[in-house]
Amino acid sequence: MTGRRGTGPATGGTAPGVRGRLSRALSPATAFSGRHQSLTTVVTFAVIGIILPVIVLFPPFSGFGTQNDWVGGFADAGIFVLLAIGLNVVVGWAGLLDLGYAAFFAIGSYTYAYGASPFTGVHIPFWAMLPVGAFVAAAFGILLGAPTLRLRGDYLAIVTLGFGEIVPAVFLNASTLTNGTNGIVGLDQPSLGRLFGVGDFGFTNPWPYFATILAIIAVAFMLLSRLENSRLGRAWVAIREDELAAASMGINTVTTKLLAFAIGASTAGLAGVYSAAKLSIVSPDQFNFTVSFTVLAMVVLGGMGNIWGVAAGAFLVFELQSQGLKQLNTFIGSLGLPSFQLGPITVDLATINFLNYQYLLYGLALVLMMLLRPEGLFPSRRRRRELHESPDEAERGNVELSEAEAVEP
Amino acid sequence: MTPATAPLGRARLSAGRWNLALGTIAALVAAYVIMDLGAGGEGQAQFINALTIGAIYALIALGYTMVYGIIELINFAHGDVFMVGSFVSWWLLTTIGFSGAITDPLLLGVILAVGFVFSMGVMGVVGMIIERFAYRPLRNAPRLAPLITAIGVSFILQNVIQVGVSNSIVTTPQIIPNTTLNIGPVSIRAINLFIIVLAVVLMAALQLFIGRTRLGRAMRSTAIDRDAAQLMGVDINTTIALTFFIGSGLAGAAGVVQGLYFGVTVFTLGFYAGLFAFTAAVLGGIGNTTGAALGGFVIGFIQVIAAVYGYGVWSEVVVFTALVLVLVFRPTGILGQQLGERA
Repeated sequence: MTGRRGTGPATGGTAPGVRGRLSRALSPATAFSGRHQSLTTVVTFAVIGIILPVIVLFPPFSGFGTQNDWVGGFADAGIFVLLAIGLNVVVGWAGLLDLGYAAFFAIGSYTYAYGASPFTGVHIPFWAMLPVGAFVAAAFGILLGAPTLRLRGDYLAIVTLGFGEIVPAVFLNASTLTNGTNGIVGLDQPSLGRLFGVGDFGFTNPWPYFATILAIIAVAFMLLSRLENSRLGRAWVAIREDELAAASMGINTVTTKLLAFAIGASTAGLAGVYSAAKLSIVSPDQFNFTVSFTVLAMVVLGGMGNIWGVAAGAFLVFELQSQGLKQLNTFIGSLGLPSFQLGPITVDLATINFLNYQYLLYGLALVLMMLLRPEGLFPSRRRRRELHESPDEAERGNVELSEAEAVEP
Repeated sequence: MTPATAPLGRARLSAGRWNLALGTIAALVAAYVIMDLGAGGEGQAQFINALTIGAIYALIALGYTMVYGIIELINFAHGDVFMVGSFVSWWLLTTIGFSGAITDPLLLGVILAVGFVFSMGVMGVVGMIIERFAYRPLRNAPRLAPLITAIGVSFILQNVIQVGVSNSIVTTPQIIPNTTLNIGPVSIRAINLFIIVLAVVLMAALQLFIGRTRLGRAMRSTAIDRDAAQLMGVDINTTIALTFFIGSGLAGAAGVVQGLYFGVTVFTLGFYAGLFAFTAAVLGGIGNTTGAALGGFVIGFIQVIAAVYGYGVWSEVVVFTALVLVLVFRPTGILGQQLGERA
């Protein structure tokens, strides 16, 4: 409690000044991006698409792998960025805790597997399957949401968690339809016929995948950030902040929540189609609850409600997980630290595999973020206010009014 | 907008009490018949198996329902507290140095008593620590915040066991001898009898504690209206910590039982057990301890019936479908009396 309160005023004191100067300096750019939101998005992603592959040519990144390795990694990171911005619609904007988000990812993937694989003998092009996957996932979102969105938030969390378990379980157990544990293999690779000079999609050439996921994310970004400030987006925020008040202002809460669910699900469906095509295989174990929780951790860390923050959070978490921990292993190992005794346990840092601690780190990050900085690393302004100055905090009477809080105003 | 939750403790059943008793008996008879048909005359063994599994779920579900009743938090980490409890008892038994059945009844009794007290105590303290550091600072934060920390704590507990103890299934010593007792027409393995009796005793003790003691009254009043209880002199922090101690202690007991009955434990155990137990708590009417116990047995029966008919792999699907149906059609659960905030 004191930590959270203690840091608040300090940053609050300096931030407005810096921010004010920054925003004045950037005001022409801000004005432009405000007027041409979609154009800005496209330009930003084009710049990201150029910068990322260039950065990895320089140390220290160049030491960790070839440029192709990195680009392939970025293409995988894109899946999680897409998942995170989709979950952000549900959790960040509409305030519905969805713990079974991987289910929609799975549905998107299996949709592609049914639409473009030797398993069914149907071969629909990848590009056509993208909207189909999104649509099917959205339909399942509505199917799940319709009976359950009437429930209060934490019940919804459990139902979605259950759904997130049922879907992979069905794909696992209905083996005549889904080939069970082995999954469906040999899915079609996308093809463009050398259109943009990016060459063929293939297992050894990550560039077309990188370009594709960037394009998908850019489109999703354009659509979603337009939604954020639309009537629907404002309705989501209203429901999140006070559902009763929102309903009495004439918002149809069930439809609005259903739309959040469906739109979030459709984004996961897109990610599913892309991921299935990239891996060329779908199997039930790709979609267990750790996927849902990882994406949730990304959204929370990035800053619920801020689409750019969430995307950055997802990218950072993915890269830290896939590259950072690995490099930490090599780095600590190369230091040659002596082992030491910690009570009965011998700690030998050189042999610790930090990859094993991935979920411990996620867990700690979730707990610490909620305690110290609940608005995330890159918060949306509204979310920060909401999380720090909960209006009913004063009403309910703070149980432990610490000194730090008492002097805060 | 403080939702009115069903008070902890005795379900306020007036005219419904007889209906409930009759309904329970009818459901048990039906379950027995269904199992007997499915298991080809092995109905009795399966019935006892279902009661035993149900008892484990019921013990875990009590922790969920108590915590939900008092601070309206779904304690996602609770299933993992159960899992850690099973590892604590595994550690104790292997450290003392037992690997097989103990035939001396006195020694067995002492070991069991030590095992349960130790595991329950350790897990109770763990639960209090979790509450103190992960939930208490967020007591007045938006609902999403403690829910996310709970998931974080669940990750931490799993990973600590996975990395610190074992990455795979560990075998727990089964110290209760595999003897079958014949009581009239019923033949029951000693371990099943022990688990069912233990669960019933613990539940009865909990009911007495909540219903008849001063601290229990403090818990009930905190559950109904935290602020008013505080004004009446109830120490809220102590009461909530106590709730976590008892709930986690019961999960610890369930962990010991898990080891004794199934003989194995694994770091991922808590996830499904926790989900099923939570479903049990919701089925029974969350916030209601009698309901949680009842729900635990219902889940046990659903699972065993599914297994008897060869749909064992589908049991989670069946259980979650049941959960969704209950939430949609009767969100207050079987015994839920007062309606929550559009529950």
